[in-house]
Amino acid sequence: MSVRVGKTSTAAEFPSAAKIALKNDQLRKNVHHATNVIRNKRALRVEEMPDWQLLRDAASAIKAHTLKNLDTYLIEFERNCELAGGKVHWARDADEANSIALDLIRQYNGTEVIKVKTMTSDEIQLNPALEHAGITPYETDLADMIVQMGNDEPSHIVVPALHRNRFEVRDIFRETMDLPDLTEQPEELTGAARTYLRERFLNVKIGISGANFAIAETGGVCVVESEGNGRMCLTMPDVLISLIGVEKVIPRFEDLDVFLQLLPRSATGERMNPYNSLWCGVHEGDGPKAFHVILLDNGRTKLLHDEMERETLACIRCGACLNACPVYRETGGHAYGSIYSGPIGAILSPQLQSLEHSRSLPYASTLCGACYEVCPVKINIPEILIHLRGRVVREDQATLSGKLGVENLAMQGAAMAFKSESRYEAAQKLVQIGQGLFERNGQLTNLPGMAGAWTKFRDLKPIPKQSFRDWWKSRETSKPGGEA
Amino acid sequence: MSNAREEILGRIRSALKDAPVGPSYEEIPRSYDRKGKLDHEASLHLLKDRLLDYDSDIVEVTHESEIASAVAEALQRASEQQVLVAEAFPAAWLPSGIDVVRDTQLTTQQLDGLATVVTTCEAAVSATGTIILVHEGAQGRRAITLLPDHHICIVARSQVFELWPEAVAAIDARSRYAITTISGPSATSDIEMTRIRGVHGPRRLSVILYG
Ligand code: SF4
Repeated sequence: MSVRVGKTSTAAEFPSAAKIALKNDQLRKNVHHATNVIRNKRALRVEEMPDWQLLRDAASAIKAHTLKNLDTYLIEFERNCELAGGKVHWARDADEANSIALDLIRQYNGTEVIKVKTMTSDEIQLNPALEHAGITPYETDLADMIVQMGNDEPSHIVVPALHRNRFEVRDIFRETMDLPDLTEQPEELTGAARTYLRERFLNVKIGISGANFAIAETGGVCVVESEGNGRMCLTMPDVLISLIGVEKVIPRFEDLDVFLQLLPRSATGERMNPYNSLWCGVHEGDGPKAFHVILLDNGRTKLLHDEMERETLACIRCGACLNACPVYRETGGHAYGSIYSGPIGAILSPQLQSLEHSRSLPYASTLCGACYEVCPVKINIPEILIHLRGRVVREDQATLSGKLGVENLAMQGAAMAFKSESRYEAAQKLVQIGQGLFERNGQLTNLPGMAGAWTKFRDLKPIPKQSFRDWWKSRETSKPGGEA
Repeated sequence: MSNAREEILGRIRSALKDAPVGPSYEEIPRSYDRKGKLDHEASLHLLKDRLLDYDSDIVEVTHESEIASAVAEALQRASEQQVLVAEAFPAAWLPSGIDVVRDTQLTTQQLDGLATVVTTCEAAVSATGTIILVHEGAQGRRAITLLPDHHICIVARSQVFELWPEAVAAIDARSRYAITTISGPSATSDIEMTRIRGVHGPRRLSVILYG
């Protein structure tokens, strides 16, 4: 089995990608603006909910219960979906899911498909697979169109083009839609997208969607959206294929009471997003005549084993943790090298791939806890980050190159120094004398040897001439009485 | 494909085999609000407030017999004279002197040429300004409230609930083949977080409150 998450296997590691992102002032301005707007709106909308914490408690418990009984609920979903006229397929990994989708599209003689925002399809890189087979995918979510037409990657899980401003969008649309006179007015840009897609909504015979929730009790699927492109893709085509991660199943319809109250307020700061579509299978005279579900594993089931890692699968992809994260807000999403960025990306991408790629992501955090505070399903991201850092270090220590790695040696040196008081003081003295050589503008840069790995990616203040311990000692001797 | 199915289910079972038995479904804490706290008048007021916040039009009438004139008013505000309705839509609710197109399984192209649709709904939620359609009877199949640019929706005051959990419990939502919830006209904030009304769904939503 080969788990693939977007283009993570070829992406640069976070520290170097972040350095490049930090130099892009326009990008940082765009990301700051967008995340500020959503954060403020979210805060207002959460504030007006007296039972917000109780909803979070319920959401977290529903997810924990479902994941603990995932096999039962998936089977129940499959049975009810098929009773309603749907067909359920299972895919172990990205390649298998892509080939199921391709076979289906060929079976229905499709040459093009319309798509409504699905992160899962980006995860398995469905679009390149379709294009390779001569099938044209049209993204229909405005932001996804901007990303697709600009040959770009999504930088946010809810607002994938938030790194682009109106002028950049205008230029992309002018070129791709051949509209040389298009202005940067958002109304005009949105109007251009409407006209461009309308004909495709009416004529393309196959739609592809993701899902926000799959309901075991009814076999129904729920898609949450704003623009109406979702309703178009789910209703107008003859054939609908929904790609659903196995963790998206929820036990009962009434669980939506919880999630549909938490998700819009967390994601966009709206009381409710303009449209929710729920459907079960197929229905004579309304909507697609054929409905296929592809249930995707792609590394998810590996996260079930460990209780803490399992929590990662509770994510409802609201993006609140990205908007709250001081690291994401500076670097934007691309630096994470994965379609899943921000705090959730930092825990999800490496785990899906068994820590084979994105190994630096668990370090892309200040552990400030803002993500945990806003998470509607109460995923303790900081705790999982620390757990994963531990795994990375343990795995590194198990390899020879890891053992001799500078950071590992530095950590072991530190461990030695912290072991006894006299050693610690001696080490401190040594540094106080030696650090002058490396001090620039009040920061230590490019320390040699073992400490170099630390200062390569982090700013370090020099140790003051008088340490706390020295000060404490001198205070004790100079004080007349001392305190009890 | 049954191979993949067995393998995925097998992976799940083996990953979970040593995990302690957690709380059952019934033990999930559900102390969030499932009943609203407002009286019906206040709840209706809240609904109107939310709808206005979404830039929807509202026409209010007291009696069912006034619906036709309310429809006429909503059409007039938009300078429209033709409406699409589901086959089962009551004729008495349509004003005279307008062109009525009934959805007798019209083609997509035919639907796309129509500017306005009038439907009923199943319920409404005041806390979020949400209208719930289950696509039966006069609510019509899903496409008819999607392609026209103006959706006029008739809501009985007795269909209004303060909270989502109340509304879905009242309409037996579990047994429906499709549900669409509508909270204001279609919108996007994808360009610099500026809210633009109307992308692919109807750009205009009018609500007629009666009863
Ligand atoms: S981890 Fe929580 S806050 Fe972050 S996207 Fe997922 S549900 Fe939202």
